[in-house]
Amino acid sequence: MARVLNTEVLVPVLERLVKKACYELNDNVMCALRAAYDVEESPIGKETIKVLIENGEFAKKEQLPCCHDTGAAVVYLEIGQDVAWEGKPLKEQINEGVRQGYDKGYLRKSMVADPLERVNTGDNTPAIVHTEIVPGDKVTVHVMPKGGGSENMGAFKVLLPGDGVQGVKDFVLETVKRVGGNPCPPYIIGVGVGGTMDHCAWMAKKALFRPIGERHAKPLYAEMEEDILKAVNDTGVGPLGMGGRVTALDVHIDYYPVHITALPVAINFACNSARQASETI
Amino acid sequence: MEMEITLPLTKEKAKTLKAGDILYLTGYVYTCRDAAHKLIEEALAKGEKSPIDWQDQTVYYAGPCPARPGMVFGSNGPTTASRMDPFVEMMFQQGMVAMLGKGDRADYVADLCKKYGGVSLLGVGGASAVNAARVKSVEIVAYPELGTESIKKLHFDRYRVIVGTDTEGNVLQKQEVPKYRR
Repeated sequence: MARVLNTEVLVPVLERLVKKACYELNDNVMCALRAAYDVEESPIGKETIKVLIENGEFAKKEQLPCCHDTGAAVVYLEIGQDVAWEGKPLKEQINEGVRQGYDKGYLRKSMVADPLERVNTGDNTPAIVHTEIVPGDKVTVHVMPKGGGSENMGAFKVLLPGDGVQGVKDFVLETVKRVGGNPCPPYIIGVGVGGTMDHCAWMAKKALFRPIGERHAKPLYAEMEEDILKAVNDTGVGPLGMGGRVTALDVHIDYYPVHITALPVAINFACNSARQASETI
Repeated sequence: MEMEITLPLTKEKAKTLKAGDILYLTGYVYTCRDAAHKLIEEALAKGEKSPIDWQDQTVYYAGPCPARPGMVFGSNGPTTASRMDPFVEMMFQQGMVAMLGKGDRADYVADLCKKYGGVSLLGVGGASAVNAARVKSVEIVAYPELGTESIKKLHFDRYRVIVGTDTEGNVLQKQEVPKYRR
């Protein structure tokens, strides 16, 4: 028996989630920043992390955007296969919720309608929407406001199959060194390995939803995450690129089977303002 | 060194600043970022004047959030400075003395700071809520059609920054990062 949902249920959910995500860094991120403060040795770096923690607390208390760049709204829906939709088109309702959240929440509108003509849409729509069909009759809505500073430093490369684990590590490290302080460290690095170009980039983004401190279930990848995290923090880039021990809060890798000829790798950064919020309907 | 700075920051004052100095800025700055720089460039190319007199001014690379009712200004913070690297010389030629942004800049920006006697300042990217209270007044002075990217004249009250690149071309990141590299 299908569970019938009208797409309009998404509007208030999206409105709530974009505001919550922009105002409140979750406990996982705040704890990671506090742990970073404890290990940071650079005086400038330590002071910078202190400012970030105070800012996170203040933003939540005052319900203000913790970062001015309230991002492109990345919306990821896990839709139970037993859900049947009625009402207006799903994407229209998602965008209506995003529109209301950015308007009523006094969030910055950062979307331009055409990448070359560059006229602001004025309401931060359209959202970047990903949907996946999953077992069950629930709908889980995830929102990740994605700022330009970190998003613009992402990278993609197709390695040779033989490049293996070392090739992936090298690519992440060379990217980290190249982009320096621009993705607003301390950041989280999402890495997609395998699949096709599109799927690889999506894995890198999706990996950023995983809580800081949680390792990949497969030991090979869990170990790579640890190794890369250490190597990234040994670069000395530090908070906001001004030098220090903490460049990344974590590294999350995900993989997918791949064609015999290929080893695609995508890197996506989530800045220190690693915002996300979820709700299940 | 920590110091209080009253804006405008003249070239004489800028010369005394060293990479790593912590400054508390009080006075007027102008927000100006990607789209506004592009429009200024187009205006100058047509032989027109910039809508703002940049003499001795500080440019804040920022696109703020809208202010809530009852607040003077919304969350605001420095955006990635390197996107404005190609406009630095044009702005120095217009009289600008300081830029406030975040992140690393191209090596030629340090050369330009040295050549024109200007500085590049760093704020904390991501810490924008606490900056809302540092802005005491706001006036849109050019390109209102750009929304968040319009040029706004802000009055700062002790806005904290670190000198990233000084007038001798010293770059904070180049001094600090190697100390923590393993």
